Amino acid sequence: MTVDIAALAKLARLEIQTDEMVQLEKEIPAILHFVETMQSANAPEEEKSPAHRNIMRKDENPIESGKHTKALLDAAPAREGDRIAVKQVISRKK
Amino acid sequence: MDLSTLTITEARRALDAKEYSALDLTNAYLDAIEKKDGEIHAYLEVWADSAREEARAADAIIARAESQPLTGIPIAVKDNILIEGRITSAASKMLENYKASYDATVISKLKAQGVVFLGRTNMDEFALGSSTENSAYGPTKNPHDTSRVPGGTSGGSAAAVAAGMALAALGSDTGGSIRQPAAFCGIAGMKPTYGAVSRSGLIAAASSLDQIGTLGKSVGDAKILFDAIRGHDPMDSTSLPDTKDLPVAERKVIGVPREFLKDLSPEIHTQFENTLETLKNAGYSIVDVALPSLRYALAVYYIINPAEVSTNLARLDGIRYGLSVSADDIGEVYSKSRAAGFGKETRRRILVGTFVLSSGYADAYYRKARSVRELIRADFAKAFETVDAIVMPTTPSPAFKLGEKNSDPVALYLEDIFTVPVNLAGVPAISVPGGTVERDGKKLPVGFQIIGAWGGEQTLFAIGKDV
Repeated sequence: MTVDIAALAKLARLEIQTDEMVQLEKEIPAILHFVETMQSANAPEEEKSPAHRNIMRKDENPIESGKHTKALLDAAPAREGDRIAVKQVISRKK
Repeated sequence: MDLSTLTITEARRALDAKEYSALDLTNAYLDAIEKKDGEIHAYLEVWADSAREEARAADAIIARAESQPLTGIPIAVKDNILIEGRITSAASKMLENYKASYDATVISKLKAQGVVFLGRTNMDEFALGSSTENSAYGPTKNPHDTSRVPGGTSGGSAAAVAAGMALAALGSDTGGSIRQPAAFCGIAGMKPTYGAVSRSGLIAAASSLDQIGTLGKSVGDAKILFDAIRGHDPMDSTSLPDTKDLPVAERKVIGVPREFLKDLSPEIHTQFENTLETLKNAGYSIVDVALPSLRYALAVYYIINPAEVSTNLARLDGIRYGLSVSADDIGEVYSKSRAAGFGKETRRRILVGTFVLSSGYADAYYRKARSVRELIRADFAKAFETVDAIVMPTTPSPAFKLGEKNSDPVALYLEDIFTVPVNLAGVPAISVPGGTVERDGKKLPVGFQIIGAWGGEQTLFAIGKDV
């Protein structure tokens, strides 16, 4: 099986260098081959109801607004005032 | 005090009897770390000053005769469990400078008892690996032979306890990450029932498999620490409601999946049979159990794990926290930050996970794996109708050499064959020392794994004490 690693990397938002790409083109198919044994298992197509149940909470604010703002902003790599700063989404250069 | 044999129970007695203070005990561990950790590298950071402060606070509690089971007990914490204000890096460059903004629930519970936190321990980056060699900060060495790995991913926690550099430790177990290093380092390590311990504040690897658990020199120590951290938590919606413990099973029937173990190496087989003999002599009857779907467990695991890992690690994109590499637009910030922050195995898992979840392949891989997982769960459910516990070796071999399995990721995945079925089913298991085998003139420990039914932790501890 051949796998388009470059396409996967794009989906995963991960930059891959050329030498690593060559290695991954061998390793990823080997891993996928390794998990192939599962295909012979005679499992029902529909997953049975799993052992866990969904837990819902009410659609309301569970905490006071602003309580965690500072702690969360402090963790961000770049900020402007009370906002997390990000680069532009569309670059003119392209 | 002799740190090589000290247990939590003995330390509790001595602390309450004022034979030594919590500060004396903490200083003894800090000295041991100073002396030994240069060679072992179990710790990524040691918190000597705050540990001494916590010890003094514990001494005040003890002086008021208000001590709890873990007051003043010095423990180590795996580097993926958040402690407010402390760096928690998951042994990754991505989170090298990340300071936790809140306490994990397990940490809050331990703080309430007056525990002393010695430091954070090394691990495979984001809990992906089986040897602690995937740490971005260099590998940990096995205290029994420093040319060998301590196992992983909680290798730092296991090595710290085995080398007398912590009385006990917290780890996390996604596919064997507590039990396998406990086996390689010759200590006890337990993975609770999925949902028995809150995952709030654990940096997620694979959310349907992850569980925080405990490592100690004895089964009793692993139990004391587990009793302190367990319980329902509204902050983790997968945590189980508080229920009364299942009583220790009285049938004393232990199942062995002989068919699944038929390829065991002779020396591991011998050690395993010896331990079975000990249990027989302790009054247990040993019967065969069939777990036919376990042969698919590794394949299922290495689909579900990367799928969940790729999803969980998507949050690490250089925007909200962690490493951020500057670029012209936001898309490049994502892809460059992730390339710079994640190590090789992490990148590999993200790509495999992206593949098995991608349109056109998700049915044949991810959804198929989920339904085969149900077969594995059903196998365990059926087996536990007739037996109280299932036993098998923790690993197919003792600790391997550093670098020995670096070149082939699949070779390393095979190490997890006996541990991953437990996480897929969500049942509890404990690894206890099960003899030694010799390699290059050194005696290396091997583990004996006891697997219980959902909620059957007390039975595991009871059998573990009889091994």
